[in-house]
Amino acid sequence: MSDTLRPTDSQSPQPGQPLLARIKRRSFFMYAGATAGATALVLAGCSKDTSTPSSATGNVSFGTGDASVLNYAYALEQLEAAFYAKVAALTVSPLLAAEVPYFAKVATHEAIHRDFLRTAINRDFGGTIIPDLTPKFDSIDFTKRVKAPADTKLGILDAAKAFEDLGVAAYNGAAKLLKSPVYLGIAGQIVSVEARHAAYVRDLILPGSFATNEAGDVLGFDRQLAPAAVLTIAQNYVEQTLNGSTIGQ
Amino acid sequence: MDFFKIIDQLSEVDADVLGRFNSRRAVFGSLGTAAKRSALAATPLFLGALFQKAYAGTAATGVEVLQYALALELFEQDFYAKVKASSPYANASAADKAAIDQIKKHEDSHVTLLRGAISGLGATPVTGVTFKAAVFAGLTTFKTGAAATSQLGIAQLLEDTGVRAYKGRAGELLGTDLLTVALQIHSVEARHAAKIRDMRGQRAWVNPADDLAAHPVYTSGVTTGSTPAAFGLVVPPYTAPSPVENNTTQSNVDIKAGLGATYTASDAAAAFDEYLQVAEVLDNSRAGGLIGA
Repeated sequence: MSDTLRPTDSQSPQPGQPLLARIKRRSFFMYAGATAGATALVLAGCSKDTSTPSSATGNVSFGTGDASVLNYAYALEQLEAAFYAKVAALTVSPLLAAEVPYFAKVATHEAIHRDFLRTAINRDFGGTIIPDLTPKFDSIDFTKRVKAPADTKLGILDAAKAFEDLGVAAYNGAAKLLKSPVYLGIAGQIVSVEARHAAYVRDLILPGSFATNEAGDVLGFDRQLAPAAVLTIAQNYVEQTLNGSTIGQ
Repeated sequence: MDFFKIIDQLSEVDADVLGRFNSRRAVFGSLGTAAKRSALAATPLFLGALFQKAYAGTAATGVEVLQYALALELFEQDFYAKVKASSPYANASAADKAAIDQIKKHEDSHVTLLRGAISGLGATPVTGVTFKAAVFAGLTTFKTGAAATSQLGIAQLLEDTGVRAYKGRAGELLGTDLLTVALQIHSVEARHAAKIRDMRGQRAWVNPADDLAAHPVYTSGVTTGSTPAAFGLVVPPYTAPSPVENNTTQSNVDIKAGLGATYTASDAAAAFDEYLQVAEVLDNSRAGGLIGA
């Protein structure tokens, strides 16, 4: 077992909370993303990790138009793919035996999404692709299946749930920014697979919790988040600085 | 029907709706006293004007897509209502019953919002779209036995069809807020499909190893005829068959070998869901054959 994970950051108020549980959609819209919940998440993702590679520094700008929306999706798929690849590469996994092959499949789906988006962006919008992101997963404890109440870090299932629900909300919120029906079609083809993943992992954590049903959610409707709100959360898992201010413009 | 409740619901799924109405204060202020408000709010003309202003430019196409969505949601709602009143459901486990109850509530919520939005756009919501009683009577088990005669086998087909159906019309809502609302329903249908699949011992995503993989719901094309006009729906013309779920080419890219890495056909197919056009969804081999009295 790795013992390189950082010690508890006492400044972080309950940083191990599932990401979206603390984000209330109403709050997001009322306060344009600068909510207490979001702030807690930012703090949760802050780390004193000293192993930041020099190649990971710098700003990532997403550009404008449909290319920016595809790059935005590509960034999120990079994160998801990196997370699941790390889970799949664990020599000792805390997951249940039946979950391991399931997660391996999800890892492959996310790698396909990432590789497909990279290919499509390079083909249709040459020269605009964002760089490879350097993931920062120090707020995830890969030795835990799920976090215990006292834990400050997310377990694998908690993180998977957070990434999948975030991905669904991101695609749902960004779709209307697209100008081309072709890319909208692709986004729709991917988001429902993300929702399937989300439902599966949520039910592993709590049977019957396949759909989001936290405070602030509307019964029967998935979340939708604007890029700025999504990137505020995603930033906690990326070394580079993400600048999504022009996405969809 | 409480139209202000609908606006409140819309404002929850479409955060900008009140902004589109020039702010809640302006809307309410322009209406005067409370008594006047409720009198006016009960007037379809008022609501229609409000929504048409809010969704200017999208209303004409939007309402047709919403009617189609409502028809499918009514169909699902009736199916789950029939399930909940049946003896196989009564004998199911508490966890399975709870899942069906939750899904039914979601479908109820979809119906309520879609009805309100359609009324608000000045149209009359479609009614009377039900699951054929004679077919339902043949579903003799909850989830065991042959998929074609189990309630959850059919539930999986309905949910996976719903996911494909919403995708099939998303393009008509391009660039609008109605698109966002439709997608917020679409991904919940995908969660339902995943849950039902899990309850049946299937993988959460559509893949070639599914026990129902050969069902027309996962292929495409119009095979046995379809009657969208029967539900009063105005739908786009059917062109060529949509991609099948086992499709491994997306946007002219070979997912198996064209991405700089090699992926299996099963993974390439599972990573993307596929759309269906209206005529295909309402084909008698799919939902069309299950809708009726």
